[in-house]
Amino acid sequence: MSPEHEASAPEHEIAIQLLGVNKWFGAFHVLRDINLSIARKERVVVCGPSGSGKSTMIRCINRLEEHQQGRIIVDGIELTNDLKNIEAIRREVGMVFQSFNLFPHLTVLENLTLAPRWVRKMPRKQAEEIARHFLERVRIPEQADKYPGQLSGGQQQRVAIARALCMQPKIMLFDEPTSALDPEMVKEVLDTMVELAEEGMTMVCVTHEMGFARQVADMVVFMADGEIVEMAPPEVFFTNPKEQRTRTFLSQILH
Amino acid sequence: MASQGNQQQLPSGILWLRENLFPNWWNALLTVVVVWLLVELVWRLADWVILDAVWGAVDPEGLVPYDEQWRLLLSAAVVVGLVIVTMVRLARGSALAAVWAVGAVFIAVIMWDMVASIETNASPEACRAPEAGACWAVIGDKYRFILFGRYPFDEQWRPLLAMVIFIGLIVFSCLKLAWKPWLALVWAGGLVVCAGLMYGGFWGMRFVNTELWGGLPLTLILSVVSCVLAFPLAIALALGRRSDMPIVRAICVGFIELIRGVPLITVLFMASVMLPLFLPSGVTIDKVLRALVGITLFAAAYLAEVVRGGLQAMPRGQYEAADALGLTYWQKMATVILPQALRSVIPPLVNSFISTFKDTSLVVIISLTDLLLAAKVSTADPLWRPYFVEIYVFVAVIYFIFCFSMSRYSQWLERDLARGQRRDARQKVAVMARSGPEGGGA
Ligand SMILES: Nc1ncnc2c1ncn2[C@@H]1O[C@H](COP(=O)(O)OP(=O)(O)OP(=O)(O)O)[C@@H](O)[C@H]1O
Ligand SMILES: [Mg+2]
Repeated sequence: MSPEHEASAPEHEIAIQLLGVNKWFGAFHVLRDINLSIARKERVVVCGPSGSGKSTMIRCINRLEEHQQGRIIVDGIELTNDLKNIEAIRREVGMVFQSFNLFPHLTVLENLTLAPRWVRKMPRKQAEEIARHFLERVRIPEQADKYPGQLSGGQQQRVAIARALCMQPKIMLFDEPTSALDPEMVKEVLDTMVELAEEGMTMVCVTHEMGFARQVADMVVFMADGEIVEMAPPEVFFTNPKEQRTRTFLSQILH
Repeated sequence: MASQGNQQQLPSGILWLRENLFPNWWNALLTVVVVWLLVELVWRLADWVILDAVWGAVDPEGLVPYDEQWRLLLSAAVVVGLVIVTMVRLARGSALAAVWAVGAVFIAVIMWDMVASIETNASPEACRAPEAGACWAVIGDKYRFILFGRYPFDEQWRPLLAMVIFIGLIVFSCLKLAWKPWLALVWAGGLVVCAGLMYGGFWGMRFVNTELWGGLPLTLILSVVSCVLAFPLAIALALGRRSDMPIVRAICVGFIELIRGVPLITVLFMASVMLPLFLPSGVTIDKVLRALVGITLFAAAYLAEVVRGGLQAMPRGQYEAADALGLTYWQKMATVILPQALRSVIPPLVNSFISTFKDTSLVVIISLTDLLLAAKVSTADPLWRPYFVEIYVFVAVIYFIFCFSMSRYSQWLERDLARGQRRDARQKVAVMARSGPEGGGA
């Protein structure tokens, strides 16, 4: 924990807390008794085989999916069916998707200013200033007036990151942000994410980029069949995994 | 082969002709026959429509005098020229519109003297001549009734002005610079002015009850006002049909299916006959208003299904991205989902608008004198009875002009909105060239 946060209220030390979370898709049990606690400024990488429920878990954190059992507390607010809470949480949690999901009918700048203007009720000029600042940060200030369809995949994903950042969220969720990208574009997006991590953003990132996990993660979470199988700091996770399933997975992914 | 060498030297037009129209003897024969039929048809039509037509008593026979016929031929030539320019796509979009506008003004100028004399001298005598073609003199005699119905003759400048304002509003709304929230205010103001003009009862304008409204202004009022009102209603219905709230959903589904399950005539009939039964006695609702309500509800049900199609075609990622940014349901719909969904259904939307425009002619069953009924009534004049075809052609041309403009506008709009958002081909190649076969993973 960094010293400047020691003063804040104890529940705010914890950014995200999942307590005994269960979820079913029909009869299919996707999330089994998930317990996870993520501290402020902590960077967590989630990995695991396809279909293990990684996306479902992080999508529960901002209520893109509804959990059926257990409690999820984000930034001190419990996720219930109360729309107020959901909206409050979504304001503080930014999300980046595998398929970018930019708004194709709006220019890059409009994509970035939309939520600040409507949700944060920010005046247009201020929203545009912030948008340009974040475009600068993801190193594509010159693309502000283009439409998403006119950008490369890597540029689109950086716009998507900038769009989430424009809401000035406390927490960022990434769901395989680089897996839809051509290999030579992966690095530019990862660089952006590393910078973000170094600035102390609380991050939950589903990714198979193990280099990224080693470099920035405070904690690596391994999921399989809807369960958290193992959870360890990267040094331990990559060199000395406890579980057999983790070892099998790592051997597959690291060759 | 020898022919190969020949083909290289032939101009591309002739090559195209040979490949598409004369590839072998039976296709060549077919081409010749079809061309002959077309020429024959066009010739006879031109004969009837223009050369032998009786335009009114420009001279005592009602025929266009010999040294005035150049006006007709020149106009026809201009129209053919415009059609060719359009078909071969020499001009597009606003340039094309401008070319047509110039052509129309040109024709109006050269025809003006002749047409101006039609109204004053119209008489059916000349049309009775055995070799006479179309009897356009009947239009000269009847056009005021066809266009304005039973609206008091001396006051017909009012519906004319209202109509001009109306069309002006529509054209203005078609411009993208007008797509701002204040457009609703402009419409509200325009509609109030139009209603004032139509009703009158102030500033020395005689009060004219809706019973007397008719013709083209009535058709325009019924179709445009009901489309304008039906559109937001349709969006609400489409959203309601996809809502999570079972009661809202049930109401929307029930309404849509009920209205779609019955013909418009039934809806109009219900609106005009059944509705008064439910109202307390003494309260009457204006007949035009009842027709408006009926058409609006009917159009809304169809439009709602079109809008729903657009909503369903939206990728789930767009909803999720908007949700993740914290937009509320209405913000998400207004800024992210609807702009894209509506854009994707412009062709079927316009299709619905066109049907609604034509469907307004069904108001005859509640005896409103719209354009079509006014035309029908004018054919009943015993003096002009044989010339109903000309009257219906006239009305058909009016309907066609409106429907065709709508259809062209929608095509233009579709292309225009898609432009700019797509990555153009050159950029795509550049990106593909940059992505080499090998790349370093993390
Ligand atoms: N909306 C849904 N309805 C039904 N089943 C679903 C739904 N979404 C996901 N699933 C199922 O839940 C399981 C977990 O899905 P999830 O997307 O969370 O996996 P994941 O770990 O993210 O996999 P990947 O690495 O392929 O993205 C999968 O078996 C999937 O088929
Ligand atoms: Mg996934």
